[in-house]
Amino acid sequence: MTETTGTDSRPAPLVVLSGVNKHFGALHVLQDIDLEITRGEVVVLIGPSGSGKSTLCRTINRLETIDSGTITVDGRPLPAEGRELAKLRAEVGMVFQSFNLFAHKTVLENVVLAQVKVRGVARGEAEQTARELLERVGVSAQAEKYPAQLSGGQQQRVAIARALAMKPKVMLFDEPTSALDPEMVNEVLEVMRSLAAEGMTMVVVTHEMGFARSAANRVLFMADGRIVEQNTPEAFFTAPRSDRAKDFLSKILHH
Amino acid sequence: MGILFEDGNFALFRAGFLQTVGLSALSALLALLIGTLLAAFRVSPVPALRAFGTVWVNVFRNTPLTLLFFAVAFGLPRLDVHFSSFVFAVLALGLYTASFVCEVLRSGINTVPLGQAEAARSLGMNFGQTLGLIVLPQAARSVLGPMSSVFIALPRNSAVAGAFSVSELFSTQQTLTERGYNIFAIFFWLAAAYLFISTVVAVLFRLLENRLAVAR
Repeated sequence: MTETTGTDSRPAPLVVLSGVNKHFGALHVLQDIDLEITRGEVVVLIGPSGSGKSTLCRTINRLETIDSGTITVDGRPLPAEGRELAKLRAEVGMVFQSFNLFAHKTVLENVVLAQVKVRGVARGEAEQTARELLERVGVSAQAEKYPAQLSGGQQQRVAIARALAMKPKVMLFDEPTSALDPEMVNEVLEVMRSLAAEGMTMVVVTHEMGFARSAANRVLFMADGRIVEQNTPEAFFTAPRSDRAKDFLSKILHH
Repeated sequence: MGILFEDGNFALFRAGFLQTVGLSALSALLALLIGTLLAAFRVSPVPALRAFGTVWVNVFRNTPLTLLFFAVAFGLPRLDVHFSSFVFAVLALGLYTASFVCEVLRSGINTVPLGQAEAARSLGMNFGQTLGLIVLPQAARSVLGPMSSVFIALPRNSAVAGAFSVSELFSTQQTLTERGYNIFAIFFWLAAAYLFISTVVAVLFRLLENRLAVAR
């Protein structure tokens, strides 16, 4: 990273949303969202369903367009659909709730494909990177299989490897464990924890409060399209300030 | 039933058969190319391309094939476009079949989960890469069955070309009838030949289906 902000000692934020608004028809799903994410920060988005947290996550690589406001990634505003946007998306990794591995490609090919086609990496080098990443997420033995032959947890770890292969500046996780059987949640969260520990900038939409507590630098609580409350996980979970957050936590922490 | 092997009839029949196979193969290639392009147009983010694809499909799919042959064989020469009647036949058949290929592919595209395209885009692939590398290969696999119907219909549709001075398989019945052979014997052999071609196409698609089946 060559650019610096001169005398300012604080690092420049990597992702900045300011005054972001979005509607789905009559539903005002994002309302005046302001958010700055620093390099290396792990931000966890929690909140009731329909609160706009997934939509917010998806606006950062423009899978969802916004009606007003601005979003910048590494100082550059999100371009309109086209070559520039594709380039930016390659630098923003995304992991989906439903894995979305390419069903007609082997696990290895899933991790290789975009490196070769988007980044122009030589095939041999891309395969080596892919095998290293698959090793790192613990699915190297499955490299030649097709996604449907893997368990959900394995598929999601491959999806993480696929995103990492692009060497992204920031990783977006859109409810990465919500479609998993309970016994597979941890293997995915472990990979995410180690990523966080290595300093990856991450935005994570999740219902896993344990992960939020242990891995997040900051917890954002969203409801009705607004960021209602944000704090360190410790402060948020022990002493939520808003009634909305208290209500939400009471419902999910004590059944 | 032995008429096929009398008086050099076999040479005539074989020439017609090969003409039909050639005409069908070239038309199939053209249909596949144009049909895929049209399908890409119909799902593209550019409204003008989508409109073009829709108009094309509606015109070519809803016009009787014989009328299309008329338009090509008599219309194009008026615009000072001159080809052999064989090339005109390839154009008419290919463009006609392309509209069916397009619609079959498009229905296949709709079966590919949206998440596949989202994942491709989020990795930085452009529209062409997303469609060509991720969506179309999966769409094509899911529509091999209906696609084989389109390509089995093609050789049979090619019989229309006989009326437009292409000496293909079906047009050989005219010569054979003039030579005074039993009409039922003639049609028996014609039917057998078309059945043979259709069966080969069906078997090819079955092989393709097995080869492309994704392990689950």
